[in-house]
Amino acid sequence: MSAVPEKRHIPDRLGTSVTRLFASWEALLVAVAAVIFIANALASPYFLNAWNLSDATFNFTEKAMVAFAMALLIIAGEIDLSVAAIIALASTAMGAAAQAGVGTPGLVAIGIGVGAGCGMINGILVAGLRLPSIVVTIGTMSLFRGIAYIVLGDKAYGGYPASFAYFGQGYVLWVFSFEFVLFAALAVLFAVLLHATNFGRRVYAIGNNEFAARFSGIHVERIKFTLFLLTGLMAGIAAVCLTSRLGSTRPSIAQGWELEIVTMVVLGGISILGGSGTIGGVVIAAFVMGLVTFGLGLLNVPGIVMSIFIGLLLITTITLPIIIRQFGHRKSA
Amino acid sequence: MKLLKKLALGSALALAMLASHAQAETIKIGLVVKSLGNGFFEAANKGAQEAAKELGDVEVIYTGPTSTTAEGQIEVINALIAQNVNAIAISANDPDAVVPALKKAAARGIKVISWDSAVAKDGRIMHLNPSSNELIGKMCLQLAANHLKDGKGDFAILSATTTSTNQNTWIEEMKKQLPNFPGLNLVTTVYGDDLSDKSYREAQGLLTSQPNVKVIVAPTTVGVLAASQAVADAKKIGDVYVTGLGLPSEMAGAIKSGATKEFAIWNPIDLGYSATQIAYRLVKGETDGAAGSEIAAGRMGKIKIGDNGEAAMADPFVYDAKNIDEFSKIF
Repeated sequence: MSAVPEKRHIPDRLGTSVTRLFASWEALLVAVAAVIFIANALASPYFLNAWNLSDATFNFTEKAMVAFAMALLIIAGEIDLSVAAIIALASTAMGAAAQAGVGTPGLVAIGIGVGAGCGMINGILVAGLRLPSIVVTIGTMSLFRGIAYIVLGDKAYGGYPASFAYFGQGYVLWVFSFEFVLFAALAVLFAVLLHATNFGRRVYAIGNNEFAARFSGIHVERIKFTLFLLTGLMAGIAAVCLTSRLGSTRPSIAQGWELEIVTMVVLGGISILGGSGTIGGVVIAAFVMGLVTFGLGLLNVPGIVMSIFIGLLLITTITLPIIIRQFGHRKSA
Repeated sequence: MKLLKKLALGSALALAMLASHAQAETIKIGLVVKSLGNGFFEAANKGAQEAAKELGDVEVIYTGPTSTTAEGQIEVINALIAQNVNAIAISANDPDAVVPALKKAAARGIKVISWDSAVAKDGRIMHLNPSSNELIGKMCLQLAANHLKDGKGDFAILSATTTSTNQNTWIEEMKKQLPNFPGLNLVTTVYGDDLSDKSYREAQGLLTSQPNVKVIVAPTTVGVLAASQAVADAKKIGDVYVTGLGLPSEMAGAIKSGATKEFAIWNPIDLGYSATQIAYRLVKGETDGAAGSEIAAGRMGKIKIGDNGEAAMADPFVYDAKNIDEFSKIF
């Protein structure tokens, strides 16, 4: 992840054409979302129904919460592939606690705490021991989910307190679910953190040029550690929501989510090479993915076709800026 | 703008698909499977479509997630609820996790039944077992004994995932009935996660680490096929046999090679057919699906609902070299 391509233009804040491209990226995504929304409304008579749309948000809110933190990590040039496994482990811990009679506030604390703890382990391995994050988190992915499998085997934890169901099944106001409101609040929080604080600027600086950032007096390791901790924490929050929504825990919970989360981040215009992208983009990408899967689901398009669709979206998203950039280079050279 | 074009194209395609089957006033039954692209469920769909044709005013929506997850099934269930289907017949990836979503469906007047792999009691009206678990367990042991000289020797089980509801029930039943088969000795149970490569490796592992194992019983079509391949590749045909539950079309090669002499499976076509029939009767109000009641299921006759709202369709059927060609063309 830290490989810096030669002949690299610093994309953030520099180079007018590149800036313009990224400025228009969110605009393009909004247009895509609008087209999908209109197409869905035309294609299915069931789409424009407040409750159905509310149901549809559950397809992406939990993943998007983790995607916000993942976006910061990827901007800083790192990645965390263990997020889905963290969700599984946090959910397992909550299940075990629920069996022992722990109440709802305790369960939430345990879920978030285990998530943060897992994030800390990743952070120590990557920032402390300076290991490549992709290797570390592939390892911890197996480790965390492995523990969940050892604890649970073929069994399931159920019997969560009734009040615990609120986080995944409750509604704050009319059709706005607790999860959706939390998603919106976290979006604002992360947008402020990334775009309006020194911390956010440092994250970009590390992603653009780690060496330069280090020589500028930025505590690169400390920031990376914080980012991994934050990602684990968000995975813990997602685990609370998902567990509450399902009402049960199996070790296979959230299987394969890490890739969907990374897809969401990259689709949101966050450069996989680090250094650029916005939270706004990720928010729109979450809606795009949610609307695509729900809209196609309403038309009973098989999941396999949906995956192809998402895959095409992703490949186009990654290649388009690179092709345009290379095209631009050739022109200027 | 490539992206836009693609999306527009996709939506147009979807629009066309909708227009093709937008006929009003039919009873819509969502047939939700564990995952798409599995031969067993494709066959069940065939039976469901047959029942739909027979009943006339039924549209079967065959759907399911890409991978066998509860989260994926919940998305599918939400999409079906949004379409106002009349009934949902589901083979669940997780008996508990789909319950809140199915309860929501029931609250909106949708008749929910489960088939093949059960949903917890709260989430459905009734569950249709392809056979009884007891009979399946017995059949698996009988098959193992048939492959051993005098019915005596060591065997191992190759299962799917450790969390698969039906796999675990059958293994439990096998263990329970083992005393009825003196001489049969269960050495170990391994899990291939219903993935071809992992099942193959687990079977290979058995062949090397457990030389006394003469029969591998895999109650999953992926496992039984992968194990047959492993036995053939290890050149142990005639020495180690593979049996269990498999699809005839996939098992034809293993029967021909001799790695498997016989295996069993119920007819998934009949299962999809019966599930659709039962869902239809529930929507029509011909039955309430309570324990003790009997539901007419077309050519499958009457299906009696037993304790816990569970019903058994029929006995598993044994396939061997004599009938494999006939059935491998069907499913």
